[in-house]
Amino acid sequence: MRLEYFQMIDRIVDFDAAAGRIHAKAFVPETSPVFEGHFPGYPILPGVLLIETMAQASGFLILGLNGLSRMPFFAGSKKAKFRKFIEPGAELDVYATLTHDGSGFAMTEAKIESNGPICDAELMLRIMDFPAPELVENMRERVRQIGLTPVGDAA
Amino acid sequence: MSSTFDVVADVIAQTSEIPREKITPESHAIDDLGIDSLDFLDIVFALDKKFGIKIPLEQWTQEVNAGKASVEDYFLLKNLCSHIDDLVAKKSA
Repeated sequence: MRLEYFQMIDRIVDFDAAAGRIHAKAFVPETSPVFEGHFPGYPILPGVLLIETMAQASGFLILGLNGLSRMPFFAGSKKAKFRKFIEPGAELDVYATLTHDGSGFAMTEAKIESNGPICDAELMLRIMDFPAPELVENMRERVRQIGLTPVGDAA
Repeated sequence: MSSTFDVVADVIAQTSEIPREKITPESHAIDDLGIDSLDFLDIVFALDKKFGIKIPLEQWTQEVNAGKASVEDYFLLKNLCSHIDDLVAKKSA
């Protein structure tokens, strides 16, 4: 995780296109300015960043399924629950499953585990044309970095 | 038609905070009920699930933006229900 760059996913463990499911790893850094404020003397990963981590796993799932043809944007979450605190240095298993493929949007169920359940939520993502060519290239590079092979990508 | 409308109206009432009695077949989802695009996605999601269809919201939006259809064609509830009936019929065919 590079918290300051909002790069939450480090590696894809498994991408099952037929099942509409992804499993990713995220390694929480030992140090970050985020922990200096949240909280002094008791550093824990903010819940909003756990939501973002689940949203990014969901986003990579959709990019994998659509072959990077369109960009998913986080649009909403429901029933988010945070069950345990996450401290610096933790190793997270992030899971997302596509529950609905709508017209211009998708719904997922996502969860994070680390020695047991950490959090879970239902997420909505809007799926839109890439608004900038730089973003396509950036996503292509990110997908390569984390080891995701999108559907239709022979590389 | 009436049963489709009842389902749609119930979904709108449950998804938004609009009282069920204010929702009529003549209601315009945007102008009368004030449903914004994000709330409308929630409604479409619920309707997709209820009817087992995929409402082509993007296609409808493109048609409206291109001037090929009016907003009322899709977002007046009686028209929305008619389109849902068509989609359900196509699915069953």
